Amino acid sequence: MRNLIISLCAVLFGLIGGGVLMAVTGHDPFEGYKFLFQGGLKNSQRLGDTLATGTPLIFTGLSVAFAFRTGLFNIGAAGQMLFGGFCATVIGLNVDTSRPLLLLMMIVAALLGGAVWAFIPGLLKARFNVHEVVSTIMMNWIAYWTIYYAVPAYLKAESVETESRLLPDKATLKSTFLSDMFGGSYINMGLYVAVIAVIIIAFIINKTTLGYELKAVGYNRHSAEYAGIKVNRSIITSMLISGALAGLGGMAQFAGNGANIQIGVLPTQGYDGIAVALLGANSPLGVLISALFFGLLYSGRGFMNAMTDIPPEIADSIIAIIIYFAATSVLMDRLITRIVNRRRAATGGAGTSGPVSGKENA
Amino acid sequence: MDFVVEMLNIRKEFPGVVANDDITLQLRRGEIHALLGENGAGKSTLMSILFGMYQPDQGSIQINGTPVKIANPNIANNYGIGMVHQHFKLVSNFTVTENIILGNELTSWGMLNLQGAARRIRELSQHYGLNVDPDAKIEDISVGMQQRVEILKMLYRDAEVLILDEPSAVLTPKEIEELIKIMLNLVKEGKSIIVITHKLKEIKAAADRCTVIRRGKTIGTVDVKTTSEAKMAEMMVGRDVTFTVSKESSKPGEVILQLSDLTVKNNKNVAGLKQFSLDVRAGEIVGIAGVEGNGQTELVEAITGLRKAESGSIFLDGQDITRDSIRSRIDKGIAHIPEDRQKRGLVLDYTLEDNMILEVYNRQPFSKRGILNRSAIRKYASAILSSFDVRSGRGPLSVTRSLSGGNQQKAIIGREIELNPSLLIAVQPTRGLDVGSIEYIHKRLIEHRDNGKAVLLISLELDEVINVSDRIAVVNNGELIGVVNASETNEQEIGLMMAGVGKGGEQ
Repeated sequence: MRNLIISLCAVLFGLIGGGVLMAVTGHDPFEGYKFLFQGGLKNSQRLGDTLATGTPLIFTGLSVAFAFRTGLFNIGAAGQMLFGGFCATVIGLNVDTSRPLLLLMMIVAALLGGAVWAFIPGLLKARFNVHEVVSTIMMNWIAYWTIYYAVPAYLKAESVETESRLLPDKATLKSTFLSDMFGGSYINMGLYVAVIAVIIIAFIINKTTLGYELKAVGYNRHSAEYAGIKVNRSIITSMLISGALAGLGGMAQFAGNGANIQIGVLPTQGYDGIAVALLGANSPLGVLISALFFGLLYSGRGFMNAMTDIPPEIADSIIAIIIYFAATSVLMDRLITRIVNRRRAATGGAGTSGPVSGKENA
Repeated sequence: MDFVVEMLNIRKEFPGVVANDDITLQLRRGEIHALLGENGAGKSTLMSILFGMYQPDQGSIQINGTPVKIANPNIANNYGIGMVHQHFKLVSNFTVTENIILGNELTSWGMLNLQGAARRIRELSQHYGLNVDPDAKIEDISVGMQQRVEILKMLYRDAEVLILDEPSAVLTPKEIEELIKIMLNLVKEGKSIIVITHKLKEIKAAADRCTVIRRGKTIGTVDVKTTSEAKMAEMMVGRDVTFTVSKESSKPGEVILQLSDLTVKNNKNVAGLKQFSLDVRAGEIVGIAGVEGNGQTELVEAITGLRKAESGSIFLDGQDITRDSIRSRIDKGIAHIPEDRQKRGLVLDYTLEDNMILEVYNRQPFSKRGILNRSAIRKYASAILSSFDVRSGRGPLSVTRSLSGGNQQKAIIGREIELNPSLLIAVQPTRGLDVGSIEYIHKRLIEHRDNGKAVLLISLELDEVINVSDRIAVVNNGELIGVVNASETNEQEIGLMMAGVGKGGEQ
């Protein structure tokens, strides 16, 4: 409950901050926001695009949040996403079989690719106590350059050097049913997979002995060890699951929203996943909602830019301010406590006037 | 009457509990005033209010007769109030001087003047007989010394009123004697001390007056010299308390735990336990007596599997478990009340109920095919919490961090005894507990023995070892000095053995 209030406050402050920025730069904030939200929600097509933009963020947000909950800071969602997406693309371009089976194989490839990429930092942490922040960042760049080499070498498109060949339609998550329902949007089945992932992760965290073990290790590895939980194995398991989620995000991005993989880009969704997790208070449902909200901002800013002369960077600033407030949730927590206390004191004063008013005089 | 600090009719409520209800405490200048109460009686809350960490809902605080409002610890410092917390707040890789001046640095021309500060600390240390080396690093000095650093920290800030929160809980008997000497020194120099404790012996030895609180209410303030320990205990608990542990003589059965030639390395990578052999039988309590750091930790961690045995072997029920995993030892019937409850014993950010299943979450009925069964967990946890009288705001759903230290300890003990282990290893089980709880814990340990189980008791409190154990093994420097029957020995003999003098005089 309190987390929800903090997140809503962060969003509110972010929007106010963005409004102030717009006003200071000589634009009408109300008009700006009108177009920003219209751009994301105006009609079913735009709504579909918003959902689609949010889909990879659900995966990366979930990836970061899951690691957080188990005491690990996975900054490597970008690299895991890239490598997972790459693995899925390799299958998609080279295997010819019926669509359900092909998609299933691609999903498994994405899961495994992301998991492998996170396994290495997990192993380094468990074995040699290498901090995962350092090793996951390094893995990001290893993924970047691996793709940089592998895509032109093995998956090159006929004319363009910097992209892989386009995946055939049956090897993507595209769904004509969904697209038609949302007026031709590029929304796709990645959203289904994301919702399923949210449910599974929520279940693992809250209901299973696995979640219990992983959280115990995250909170206090000494007492987990005391209780007979295998701490090192838990760290690796956490990283595997976290990486697999990010890998799926890669599939949702490169074989869902898009249909090929590009070189020279570290997907921004990786780092945005950290913001999504923060705003979502690391709970799976919170991640789902905050990822869709970020999707709204991202898909709305183009429209705002087209309809007004407000620079699209304003939308990025809003996101940055929101992240700032979500990250300093301790301050917000304190603020809320103070407000609650003041209100309690005030209502208490009305009931029993004596001692409380005396305190106020002192 | 000249009061330095007066806390009048203090009331403080937390969601679900009234921690302080109309408590009055008056501290005279130059006295040692003991604050006595059971775990969760509200002592820490009261002192936190005086130190500015909480605001009272009702009541007032007066310093030297003037009403004041203490909004935060800095204001408390300005009024000359200093506090030594139960868990020290020191930076372990800083020197004593650096720790003491932290937040109050002595500078000249914007540069840190460490020498000047060190000189002043040395003077203070000599003046009050604290014997602290200002240049030593915290990580290199003993716990007792660290506590004196905390005391120095307050003196450095010209504190007139010192609050000591359970200062003896972490000390060895020798260090406690020194601490009492230091406290007497301090009041001789005009300081006033409030000491939170539940050790009646220390109150008798050091305090002038004693205020007793029970369940958030003042029971009374008494003169220590004219009040017996039994009377104070009764005021605190609200009923008669027996100090001697009543138990029948043990009926040892077959050997449960057998250690043969066990050698274990300590953190410094040298043998902390050397060629240690000991049998613990069903139906007996074996106590381990020794000065802290003489191999007890290594012994316990080797038996429980937290530390690897270099050589030698460990048998449980005749089975070799030297190479078993921690989990498999738990499953075979070893339970462990750990020395450090916050580091090892509890996941502080878990709810109480989640902590109650820490070792058994993977067993039925608490989980089935990897899925937790909340209702079974809650039922199990509630039963432990009520039978061990663990007091908390929201019962099994309370976050463990929010409990008082004593209640955390009771929760661990309840959890371990509930496992009904064939071998129960209890390390300092009553540390930080009040007499009422100590009595209860001792009773449960003996009950466990009488159920035909083995108990290994490791304690730094000689009284406890002698009263509760059937046999006592004394360790010194990682070696077994000897084993004596508890009924045929006394503190002097054990004390000599703890110093390394073998039974019968041989070295």
